[in-house]
Amino acid sequence: MKITLNNKIETFDRSTLTMGELMNIKNFTYKKIIVKVNNKIVEPHEYDSTIINENDNIVVLHLLAGG
Amino acid sequence: MNLLEIRKILKTKTVGIAGCGGLGSNCAIALARAGIGKLIIADFDIIEKSNLNRQYYFIDQIGESKSLALKNNILKTNQNIEVIKHNVFIDENNFYQIFINCDIIIEAFDNTESKEMIVKAMHKFFPDKKLIMGIGMSGYGKNNIIKQNIYDNIIICGDQISETSYNMPPIAPRVGIVANMQANAVLEILLK
Repeated sequence: MKITLNNKIETFDRSTLTMGELMNIKNFTYKKIIVKVNNKIVEPHEYDSTIINENDNIVVLHLLAGG
Repeated sequence: MNLLEIRKILKTKTVGIAGCGGLGSNCAIALARAGIGKLIIADFDIIEKSNLNRQYYFIDQIGESKSLALKNNILKTNQNIEVIKHNVFIDENNFYQIFINCDIIIEAFDNTESKEMIVKAMHKFFPDKKLIMGIGMSGYGKNNIIKQNIYDNIIICGDQISETSYNMPPIAPRVGIVANMQANAVLEILLK
């Protein structure tokens, strides 16, 4: 499966993938994260029920304190 | 574009700045000097002595509200600018009313809860407007990793790794670099 993750094309050797699985595979374990799938915000409780499809555009933003 | 052409366009634009701390105060001054027509600034906080290591305020302003002091400092650098200040804690309930008339919005919060709030509020209320965020500007040095990344309507300035902590405090040079990058990103978009 080929997706765009944070503006980079990434390929995963599997036919199905949830947002929760993607978070684990990529080790996205930050405290404050914004996830957008095809420009729709996905909340943490929706990660496991959100199915990633071929060519989806996914943005995972890591928010940091400071400013 | 020459300076006259640039200023003619910027004069017609309105920029919102959410937060008047290290990022917001320095970004506002850069935009004022560049000639933005109208700035809408908002913050609930007051100026403390510890802020002066990076924020665009002065010793005699300690104890004043940041939004009022920043308005005064903006007008000291450029009198031909309209400044609307809101002395409030910005949340999802007042966000729309404060920033509805802005062409573009600067995220200048220090805490992650407010950064999360503004991303969601922009997504909900202003999906077609651009949000310029500052993420990762604490500490010192490491000029070479400070950058800009674009994710749909969110533009992030900063190194995206240097989080504020006891051993990595925010200090004027890096905070100022990122604040000025945010202002620079605004000009690039408004002058396109």
